Amino acid sequence: MSEAEKAPSRSLVEVTDLTVEFGELRAVDRLSFRLQRGAALALVGESGSGKSTVAAALLGLHRGTGARVAGAIEVAGVDVQEAPEQTLRRLRGGKAAMVFQDPLSSLDPYYAIGDQIAEVYRVHTRASRRAARARAVEVLDRVGIPDAVRRSRSRPHEFSGGMRQRALIAMALACEPDLLIADEPTTALDVTVQAQILDLLHTLREEMGTGLLLVTHDVGVAAESVDEVLVMRHGRSVEHGPVSAVLGSPEQPYTRELLGAVPRVDVPRASSEAPEEPAAVVLEATGLRREFGRGKRALTAVDDVSLTIHRGETLGIVGESGSGKTTLGRMLVGLLEPTAGEVRYDGHARVGVNPAVQMVFQDPVSSLNPRRSVGESIADPLRARGEGDERRVRGRVRELLERVGLEAAHYDRYPHEFSGGQRQRVGIARALAADPRVIVCDEPVSALDVTTQAHVIALLGELQRELGLALVFVAHDLAVVRQVSDRVAVMRRGRIVEEGPADEVYDNPQDPYTKQLLAAVPALDPQIAAQRRAARRELAVV
Amino acid sequence: MTGFGGFILRRAVGALVTLFALSVIIYVVFYVTPGNVAQITCGPRCSPAQVQQVAGQLHLDDPLYARYWHFLQGLFVGQDYSTGTSVQHCSAPCLGLSYQSDQQVTELILAKLPVTASLALGAMVLWLVIGVGTGVLSVWRRGRLTERLLTTLTLAGMSTPVFVIGLVLMIVVCGQLELLPFPQYVAFTDDPEQWAWNLLLPWLSLALIESATYARLTRASMLETLAEDHVRTFRAYGVGERGIIWRHALRGAVAPLIAVNANNIGVLFGGAVLTETLFGLPGIGQEMVEAVKVVDLPVVVGMVLVTGFFVVLANAVADVLYAVADRRVVLT
Repeated sequence: MSEAEKAPSRSLVEVTDLTVEFGELRAVDRLSFRLQRGAALALVGESGSGKSTVAAALLGLHRGTGARVAGAIEVAGVDVQEAPEQTLRRLRGGKAAMVFQDPLSSLDPYYAIGDQIAEVYRVHTRASRRAARARAVEVLDRVGIPDAVRRSRSRPHEFSGGMRQRALIAMALACEPDLLIADEPTTALDVTVQAQILDLLHTLREEMGTGLLLVTHDVGVAAESVDEVLVMRHGRSVEHGPVSAVLGSPEQPYTRELLGAVPRVDVPRASSEAPEEPAAVVLEATGLRREFGRGKRALTAVDDVSLTIHRGETLGIVGESGSGKTTLGRMLVGLLEPTAGEVRYDGHARVGVNPAVQMVFQDPVSSLNPRRSVGESIADPLRARGEGDERRVRGRVRELLERVGLEAAHYDRYPHEFSGGQRQRVGIARALAADPRVIVCDEPVSALDVTTQAHVIALLGELQRELGLALVFVAHDLAVVRQVSDRVAVMRRGRIVEEGPADEVYDNPQDPYTKQLLAAVPALDPQIAAQRRAARRELAVV
Repeated sequence: MTGFGGFILRRAVGALVTLFALSVIIYVVFYVTPGNVAQITCGPRCSPAQVQQVAGQLHLDDPLYARYWHFLQGLFVGQDYSTGTSVQHCSAPCLGLSYQSDQQVTELILAKLPVTASLALGAMVLWLVIGVGTGVLSVWRRGRLTERLLTTLTLAGMSTPVFVIGLVLMIVVCGQLELLPFPQYVAFTDDPEQWAWNLLLPWLSLALIESATYARLTRASMLETLAEDHVRTFRAYGVGERGIIWRHALRGAVAPLIAVNANNIGVLFGGAVLTETLFGLPGIGQEMVEAVKVVDLPVVVGMVLVTGFFVVLANAVADVLYAVADRRVVLT
């Protein structure tokens, strides 16, 4: 290694007093850290903590954007702050390569994957078109794309999410960089795919000695992948140390709070709300089936699903993307008509929307009308029920706002004035407005930071206790589902593969798919993570 | 049917159905227009008996559907027309005879079409080159004086009527500088060089105005693409500004350019009335104006149908090209 000889004691990354300001906002505040060659460091923090800003600063990507960057940044021997554009371009992708978060939007939709990788390769080498193309196939093969020659001609939309992420990693590997910067590389992926990608990153590091800077909000992902952790908050470093120390015995209160908020998949639910006696059935689905499209292109999203939901209990429905869990949720509420089967409420078959069964949606941003005040949004279900007295509507809305932990005075505010967690509270208030007995929550916390997540989950539990609500909690996050559910149903390809009391399903899974899902969940303890990684190799996806 | 072949076939069938619907609507709209067609055709000095005779020849007394059927027959198998003294055979595709000159409408159109086609295609090439070039340049120099200048120029271009630019060009280039003779149409088959020189000014005046739209469209789509995540990816991999602009940003503008261009070229085939009149080009646009003036319905209907044909054709071709340009398009 000639580079290693040149600077034997030099670290791969050295950041000193880095400060990044966007106008008035100080996104990163005097942050310092270093990363040795071949080592792995995770920047962990909630949204807005400045972690991605740091990642971009390492490649000098803030140049020309109007951001003010102060402090010293040295990456692979390049002074990023001072280097001329030409040197910086050689660094980017050549010595330090970035793996971005959203693999669909991070690739050019118009070109074949192989051509995009070849383009990057040719920027950094004098390879011919053919040689570059061959290199692209080689790295695609390396990251586990089957039939890489043929698939290198596919465009990004023809790849699945996991394959796209692999392709992005292949692009990063093309020039054999010394440093991989991975910005939330698995956030958009299903848990089993996430495990595969993390395992891939791990193997690549072992084999090629690449340094890794991982940016993530997910403590579990960090525990799986790195040696050192730097916890960030408001642009500052809160705690920095070896992963086992920071996650095992955190010193700072914020780190403890962060870790405490992470839902645990291996720990039973703190308190069960389930009534001791089997309560009456409120909602019952029998033989539900839903197809989309016709003829050859028909897709069965939900296939012969039967469920019962009892008064006051929480049924968790867990599954990966495309498993049909959202379709099922929508049919339970009556937003979608089943192709076959029926939904019975209180023993009577129902068609269409039922005020007693309400829904809380995933994306608290897009599920509220940005042009209407939140009070008006919450008032909609009341007015839809025929409540004409404006004073009573306003009174009830204020009551609901307070009930979900907001202020009555928030009535006239607009969604953009609220944080993600607050918006989801508005969504919950809107669902409560119709005095429902069942609320179907479709990924209610997946867009939220862990600490916010914990608060919203606590609120749902409280409401359930006080109002005797039955909850159907649809989510992809196994840990979250365990922490809220009395019973759990695991969905795969439109069917329920396993159903039972939450603790039984989690502690003693019967179905191989459930086992595979559980094995894929990142563990908070690095040692357990290593054991799991070994176990996954044995379980290897069917 | 699935796949690309099926898509093209479905698109072609769709185009035919559209054309059929268009023909019905055009026929009904024009032939129920008020005014005594027989009187107009015959001339002001005709006696009522003569007018009656003309009405018979024109089948004006038949019910509308019968006349439409007649029209369709002409279109597909041809038709014989009696003009009182002689019988004229009009072979398919027959769009009828001109009320004014007894000339076959199909022949009339075929005689004018090369002029209009020359004008339209040449102008298209020019406006694509000028428009896309300007768009790319203003993106390349974004945030600088050049961009602001180009943006102002394109705005001026979009709001200038063709006869202003055309007139100015003609006065300056032909009148004062005497660089070119005043345009006079020369058929391509007669003398390709003279054809091009004579059409240069009409092309330029059309293209200068149209290219403004394309410049703005190119600029807008490119800026939109530049803000996308995948451009950030390639920047973070050391791809230079030239590669970003030409390979990635411009690629995003191709599909919208195809869509807009198809529409324009289709419409232009129906005749650029102002340009043709201004430069004295004997194209479809001019002929159409003449026909409308004297209520020569068969000519008007024929020309509108031909225009419609080109619009539909251009859009069908554009749909196919669009699907090729953007493979994410779901073929239905």
